Amino acid sequence: MLLDVRDLSLRIGTVGLLDGLSFSVDRGEVLGLVGESGSGKSLTALALTGLAARMGATITAGSVVFDGTDLVGLKESAYRRLRGKRIGFITQNPMSALDALVTIGDQVDQVSRLHLGLSKRAARAHTVEILSRLRIPEAEVVARAYPHNLSGGMKQRVVIAMALAADPDLIIADEPTTALDVTVQAQIVMMLADLVRKRDLGLILITHDMSVVAQICDKVCVLYAGRVAESGPVRQIFAAPRHPYTEALIGCIPRDGMAPGSLRGIPGTVAAVSQYGADCCRFAPRCGRADARCRTQQPLPVVTGTGGMLACHHPVDSPVKEAADADAR
Amino acid sequence: MLGYVIRRILMLVPVFFAVSVVIFSMIHMLPGDPIENLLRVGSSPAQREALTAKYGLDRPLVEQYLLWMGNVLTGDLGTAIVQRRPVAQLVAQALPYSLTLGGLALCFSTVLGVVVGTIAASWRGSWLDQGLMGGVLFGSMLPNFWIGLLMILVFSVSLGWTPVSGARGWESLVLPVLTIGLGGTALVARVTRIAMIDTQGKDFVLLLHAKGVHPLTIQVRHVLRHALIPVVTILALRIGWILGGAVTVEVVFARPGLGSLLIKSLNQHDYPVVQASLLILAMAVMLGTLMGDLLQAAMDPRFRDSLT
Repeated sequence: MLLDVRDLSLRIGTVGLLDGLSFSVDRGEVLGLVGESGSGKSLTALALTGLAARMGATITAGSVVFDGTDLVGLKESAYRRLRGKRIGFITQNPMSALDALVTIGDQVDQVSRLHLGLSKRAARAHTVEILSRLRIPEAEVVARAYPHNLSGGMKQRVVIAMALAADPDLIIADEPTTALDVTVQAQIVMMLADLVRKRDLGLILITHDMSVVAQICDKVCVLYAGRVAESGPVRQIFAAPRHPYTEALIGCIPRDGMAPGSLRGIPGTVAAVSQYGADCCRFAPRCGRADARCRTQQPLPVVTGTGGMLACHHPVDSPVKEAADADAR
Repeated sequence: MLGYVIRRILMLVPVFFAVSVVIFSMIHMLPGDPIENLLRVGSSPAQREALTAKYGLDRPLVEQYLLWMGNVLTGDLGTAIVQRRPVAQLVAQALPYSLTLGGLALCFSTVLGVVVGTIAASWRGSWLDQGLMGGVLFGSMLPNFWIGLLMILVFSVSLGWTPVSGARGWESLVLPVLTIGLGGTALVARVTRIAMIDTQGKDFVLLLHAKGVHPLTIQVRHVLRHALIPVVTILALRIGWILGGAVTVEVVFARPGLGSLLIKSLNQHDYPVVQASLLILAMAVMLGTLMGDLLQAAMDPRFRDSLT
């Protein structure tokens, strides 16, 4: 396994923002990390790249084993040699992800000069090659341009180029398409899927968009308020979601032949993590299947038959009535 | 870009004339005139009138202004009425002292201010940050002449390291440069610190960390580069001030300079000298602003592209 995260918990101050996250991704695999805003997706990305401490967060438990080494507690200097070299990072907003005062070429060159030790000239040739492979027209000209000369889609390709420049094993993409036009979104998503196959690298795709997950992910891990709700192979999850939240998320994707007005949302919102009691299912206030047990006892994640996880007292495929009765007894 | 520079220089022309009108009328509105300084006690009104006529001060103000401006445009700054020497010569004597002192003080406060601001921003909130910023703030609150006197007392009188006053040799520059420079340091340090802290929170800095770039490289090559843009703008505005505003320091250290020349001439109502000095200071402010904008264009590609 390329990256194996086990029981990762993290807090800022006294607030535990991630609570026992477990997931894994292998080479040639795309893992979708899904959840609404506030579910802890971006924080997870920062925790994996060792940048969470910059936000004042501390990892309190768990392990992040990358290619055999546990990254939790790794020295900053050692972590820095991994970042950019073996773990590429793609940020949410390409508009603000580039240094406005530095040319595109210099920003991409920086990675290969730093991690591959290339000379100025070799780095530039490398950069131009990557940019062209990402279908940026006239890559030599673009390399000499500044970020403000480029469109959002082009900037995101540049950010992807930076992530790829040192030929990493793992790429973490935090909502790589959110800030882009819909037409460009599809291009970028397909480009990422293509890279995974061609270069045999692992990709963690953080998104709130279930349709993107359906398009390119092999596995999916659904987060809710800092905990894993359900995870497993994409095909399985989409065919038969077992957590009511997963089911609701899938219900939010518009489909062909849907009657107008039949698209469902999920009532309510994710509350701040600090608002939840210690022992409860955090989705309970918004869940149609919740009962007294959900409000007083945290459903612990159990390994499912497909190798995924599920944390729910009353999965979608269990009869509601029976569960409630069992509770009463 | 060249078009922009030419446009900016052309824009200076009307500003130049407007400033000259303001300077001229303000001086002539002041009570008193230079003739009083030329007359001996007990001179007759006839002598006074003769002198007034000699310097053309009896003519209408508009005529006097046009005459003066005409001469200035042909490169003739006139002759000092009280000091009785060509104005150009007086200014040429004072200007090098002001340029050296002002230039060195500007360099000093820029370098020290940027270094202090960078360190403070990099260790934001630590005792180092609070100590440094508290120190420069305290330094900038003390009046110039008082710091000057204090330094003379310590370094010249007690330690004997530097001359007490005068303008001979580089040693005599040390204390005046420090005195003026310390005031500017606080400003530069504060602007640098705030701009760096602001930049540190930007997305691109997070991505630089994710690229594995060393934090020191990020601070100096990326964050500081952004922070220097507002610093340059502020320094450009100070160029005029630093040339003419050193009067108190010039007095304390008994140094010649444009500031002292201006004050002396103002006291004597020596119109031609006052007009010429103020005009030069105004030009310095205008050129300083222009230089600041050009530097900003050189540093910021976004600004550069917005000019065309």
